[in-house]
Amino acid sequence: MSVWVWIAVGVLGGAGALARFVLDALIGTRWGGAFPLGTFAVNISGAFVLGLLTGLDVPSETLLLAGTAMIGAYTTFSTWVLETHRLAEEGEIGTAVLNVVLSITAGVGAAAVGRLIGGH
Amino acid sequence: MPRFDRRELAAIYAGGVLGALARVSLAQAFPVQVPSWPWTTFAINVSGSFLLAYVATRLRERLPPSTYRRPLLGTGFCGAYTTFSTVQVEVLKMLDHDRYGMAIAYVAASLAAGLAAVWVATAMVRRVRMVTAG
Repeated sequence: MSVWVWIAVGVLGGAGALARFVLDALIGTRWGGAFPLGTFAVNISGAFVLGLLTGLDVPSETLLLAGTAMIGAYTTFSTWVLETHRLAEEGEIGTAVLNVVLSITAGVGAAAVGRLIGGH
Repeated sequence: MPRFDRRELAAIYAGGVLGALARVSLAQAFPVQVPSWPWTTFAINVSGSFLLAYVATRLRERLPPSTYRRPLLGTGFCGAYTTFSTVQVEVLKMLDHDRYGMAIAYVAASLAAGLAAVWVATAMVRRVRMVTAG
């Protein structure tokens, strides 16, 4: 991989992280429930877009940059797990379970739909 | 519209740059093709969950609000280092290969290991804080 591609990975990765933070913050100002809707929205939308890129069968470098670097940085596994743990700790077991089940089903579903639309 | 602190945004961006570089480096160094078990993504997600829990627990009450360590290391680095979307696509590819058991096992194991990592990191930080507070 050339230096330029690595630089692009970094630049796009930072952008993905920023987009995640901003969307999560915006949703947070409107959503007051215990369910971590911000992270959910980020992860599901990211799964959709990565599915779409996969389905479009884009060139490998495009998939690396737009998909792996940017969308990979945009979505987050660690925040999802941490939030689930904290919910359980606070006694919000139902919400914790919902966060797990809903994120997985909607995530796989969104990726599948994205890939289908992409034409795979 | 929430007010965004520019330096916080910069910290998140910087962390994101590093997290993405770390993940892509590992993915390039240890590539995995489904239907092989995606060890690289798995290891990244579990280690990132550990680090996030450690950072979040340690920095939660201790440091003044002007610190940018949490957005840099937590939201920025760990958020970009770990990835949810890659797991979903890996699951799809497993299903493509009719590896339904593997798909379920992969999601369950990632979740279980991730939660365990969070639990351990949280407990570690709290035990140290309890000891030093005494």
